[in-house]
Amino acid sequence: MPMIQMSSPHFKRNNRSAGVMKTVVIAMIPGIIALTLFFGWGTLIQLGICLIAGLIFEAIALRLRARPIRFFLNDYSAVVTAALLAVSIPPTAPFWIGIVGMLVAIVFAKHLYGGLGNNPFNPAMVGYALLLVSFPVQMSQWAMPFVMYNDTGWGIPSLLDTANTIFAGAAPMVDQYTGATPLDILRNQGSYTTEELWRSNDTLIHGVAGWHAVAAAWFLGGIYLIYKKIFTWHAPVSVLVSLAFISAVFYGYDPSNFIDPWSHVTLGAAIFGAFFIATDPVSSATSNRGRIVFGIGIGVLIYTIRTWGNYPDAVAFAVLLMNLAAPMIDHYTQPRSYGHKRPRLGPKG
Amino acid sequence: MKIHDFHGGIHPPENKKQSTRAPIGSAPIARSLIIPTQQHLGLASDPVVTIGQSVKKGELIASPVGRISAAVHAPTSGRIADITELPVPHASGLSAECIVLETDGEDCWIEHQGLDDYTQLEASELIQYIRDMGIAGMGGAGFPTDTKLTLGNDHIVNTLIINAAECEPYITADDTLMREHAEEIIAGAQISQHLLKPTHTLIGIEDNKPNAIKALNSALANTEANIDMVVVPTKYPSGGERQLIQLLTGIEVPSGKIPADVGIVMQNVGTLQAMHRAVAYGEPMIKRVVTVTGDAVSHPMNLWALIGTPFKSLLDAADLDRSKLKRLVMGGPMMGVAVEDEQIPVIKTTNCLIAATIHEMPDPPPAQACIRCGMCEQVCPAQLLPQQLFWFAKGKEFEKAKNHNLFDCIECGACAYVCPSSIPLVQYYRFAKSEIRAEQVEQRKADHARERFEFRQSRLEREAQEKAERRKTRAAQAAKAQAERKQAQAVDPSTLADTQQDAKSLKINAAMARTKLKKAESALKNARDKGLEGVETLENTVAKLLQAANEADAAFNRSHTDTPSTNTESNTTDHPNDLKTLKQQVSIMRTKLKKAKASNLDQSDIEALEQRLKEATQKHQEADKRLIDLAFTKGVDLKQLRIDLALAKANVTKLERAIDRSQDSEKPALLKEQETVKAQYEALNTQMKPFV
Repeated sequence: MPMIQMSSPHFKRNNRSAGVMKTVVIAMIPGIIALTLFFGWGTLIQLGICLIAGLIFEAIALRLRARPIRFFLNDYSAVVTAALLAVSIPPTAPFWIGIVGMLVAIVFAKHLYGGLGNNPFNPAMVGYALLLVSFPVQMSQWAMPFVMYNDTGWGIPSLLDTANTIFAGAAPMVDQYTGATPLDILRNQGSYTTEELWRSNDTLIHGVAGWHAVAAAWFLGGIYLIYKKIFTWHAPVSVLVSLAFISAVFYGYDPSNFIDPWSHVTLGAAIFGAFFIATDPVSSATSNRGRIVFGIGIGVLIYTIRTWGNYPDAVAFAVLLMNLAAPMIDHYTQPRSYGHKRPRLGPKG
Repeated sequence: MKIHDFHGGIHPPENKKQSTRAPIGSAPIARSLIIPTQQHLGLASDPVVTIGQSVKKGELIASPVGRISAAVHAPTSGRIADITELPVPHASGLSAECIVLETDGEDCWIEHQGLDDYTQLEASELIQYIRDMGIAGMGGAGFPTDTKLTLGNDHIVNTLIINAAECEPYITADDTLMREHAEEIIAGAQISQHLLKPTHTLIGIEDNKPNAIKALNSALANTEANIDMVVVPTKYPSGGERQLIQLLTGIEVPSGKIPADVGIVMQNVGTLQAMHRAVAYGEPMIKRVVTVTGDAVSHPMNLWALIGTPFKSLLDAADLDRSKLKRLVMGGPMMGVAVEDEQIPVIKTTNCLIAATIHEMPDPPPAQACIRCGMCEQVCPAQLLPQQLFWFAKGKEFEKAKNHNLFDCIECGACAYVCPSSIPLVQYYRFAKSEIRAEQVEQRKADHARERFEFRQSRLEREAQEKAERRKTRAAQAAKAQAERKQAQAVDPSTLADTQQDAKSLKINAAMARTKLKKAESALKNARDKGLEGVETLENTVAKLLQAANEADAAFNRSHTDTPSTNTESNTTDHPNDLKTLKQQVSIMRTKLKKAKASNLDQSDIEALEQRLKEATQKHQEADKRLIDLAFTKGVDLKQLRIDLALAKANVTKLERAIDRSQDSEKPALLKEQETVKAQYEALNTQMKPFV
């Protein structure tokens, strides 16, 4: 008789985790292109920094954990983490921001918990949150969309200039081309009402087009991933719907002091977060119903932190907080299995 | 007819076309057939043939044992060559009892004929007939058909579903059977309808079998059978019993129940055809259609194979290229079993053989970490959380796995098929299931042991209680008897009214007599020692006094025996003065008291016992004293004698031990010494004799 009994099933679909990861990277391409077009070369440079740093840290961590390096590097999970962090940090941030972020994301948020599949938090968001808390100045200076400084046509700072800013910290560049994001401006309205700001602030008048374009690109990528069945619609839709709903309620109550739902959804990282962060399978809730709860939690937290918290954007914190809640959500959102009257609830299973 | 849907499901490449190009062929009769006695669910059948016996085609060779079992018949004529353990088609890869039939090539039938009109038979007779024909489910599990047909007795069966879905890739055995024998299948279905009397009969078939659907439809058109065709979309595992029920009726079979519990019975088309052949022609189940396919065979096809035909002869019939063969799978690619032994035979449930090349079934890539992508959850037809079950199985958290409905997993393999990390999920679930089952067996054993222990404890307690009760009644009876005796004594005028008073005075008398005697004795001794005069007178006095004392003692003893006593045990003896008996009684009482104290009896009971022990001891001592006195009158100091005797006995044993240990040179001296010691002991013993 055979020494090793092959167990059924005897064939499987030709898909690998690496394929899933690659598809995610492909889906990010429109967003990365949009960021580059509207905010300059910085995004690509940050992407390079994060990729190199991420792969190096991943290899070191695997080496220290005595795991086969090649086998695990091939799962592309570090690439996805690097890409997610790279598009989250300001394009003109100094180079060490990306390196520190990747160190935290790969080594602390992932490998210290046992590597891929065992991390309770989204690694890229842990890295981002640490950067945001530790280096608020560097993290809040976003590049201006190209329309802001060049009325004559399409013009972004040259690759050399950008590299100079990122690696050498060339100061004039920062002053000239960076500023607060639209959401930040709307939040810190001072004595203006929301309507007055929309009429007077340059960033709001000229800049939103760039932000809208980027959000549209992320949305495109997200739809592609749903089409490719990389994840289900449950988490992203519930994030966006809950965010739009809660902001509509407050905006309807007082349009002068609250930001409108459309801006909430399109002017920050909400769409990117909904499709690329809230859908991280490892750290999110596991069942379809669980993902809906998870997504609603993120949407509500995003609004809460943006409106009453200290940070202009809140996707990272909202996701991390809901990561904490994911195991409990799992306990209470198990599907009803075939032949059972109702699903089991609660931590007993 | 509304078609419902089941959760999940997958669409693996079908690979069915290859084997449906040609009509069903006939496999050659192999030189020897290996026929397992267990091809069905339930108990293995019992061989009724002997080695060397000649059998004809269709002759019974193993009869069913117990309620759930199936008869086995000789697939062709020949000689029984052996009955032994051989590898059988089972996932365990273990061997089981097989009857080896050496075929003679004549293929000579036993006399057989079908039933003229089965509707004239009693239902139980028809079911027994089907059981005798060895019909068992040909779809997968091999459930004995007669058992399924009796379900109508204790269940209300309203729907009979004919499973023609055949959802696993590669397999086309049912498909081709339907194309070629649709009428026989419908006829078989009508037998089931006759027995189960369902209100609806549905055929569930996947839409990837247009030819079979056409054949069945035209067969249905020719009969008046009340059967509906339901064409369901192709999706694996629509042919799973529970999934097909959900597709056709929208009903879910409750977890842990069987379809009959919700009024549904399902039968496979192959089973129905075999049942029809049995009823109409008297042919037992001795052959079936097997799909032989896979890229390693050059002529994939369906074959009528006799039960017991080794895989090898089927593969050869389909021109297997062994250099291309990578994996041989029995059954479908999703739930089948990989086998390496080509001598494994076809049984009643063998529907397919896949001789796969390395391109068809490559070795699975190494498993990666689970990223909880949830693809498995999306395809799970039982709507479980496979990713969670995997974590629980891996972490051996079996309780949690059970709570996540692990046992509702049908092991269809859809989750493992889609897993991007190529984790062998089904293997993990099988592992967890078997571990839980083993745990349950252990638990049952432990429970059994605990129950036995508790039963024993309660039995002991009960016995102790009964004993105590018996003792109480005995005591009560004795007390009653004494009371009666007392009454009798009270009416006797010659006896003193108060016996206790009487005993007391007698005792005093006796004691006084003995004191007097003692005084006289010491006087006598003194006189003798000093050679005084009047020794003779003194001797007379002593003799008189001794007599008086003995008389007083005897009187006292007489009265004492009559004295009421609570000691029922000691009262049973006829010789209260017998020292030995008294001594025994004392020791008995002591043991009883000890036991009573150990078993936590009532304080009052213990006190009563103590009282009785005291009395027994006292009696013994008194008797002993009397004996000593008696000995003294005969000039023997009993006390001293006893001590001397014990010493002598100790000396004897000591010497014996010394002799045992001694060297040869010392022995003679020791032996001599032993002789003297022994003589002393014997002498003392003789002296002692009258007083024992």
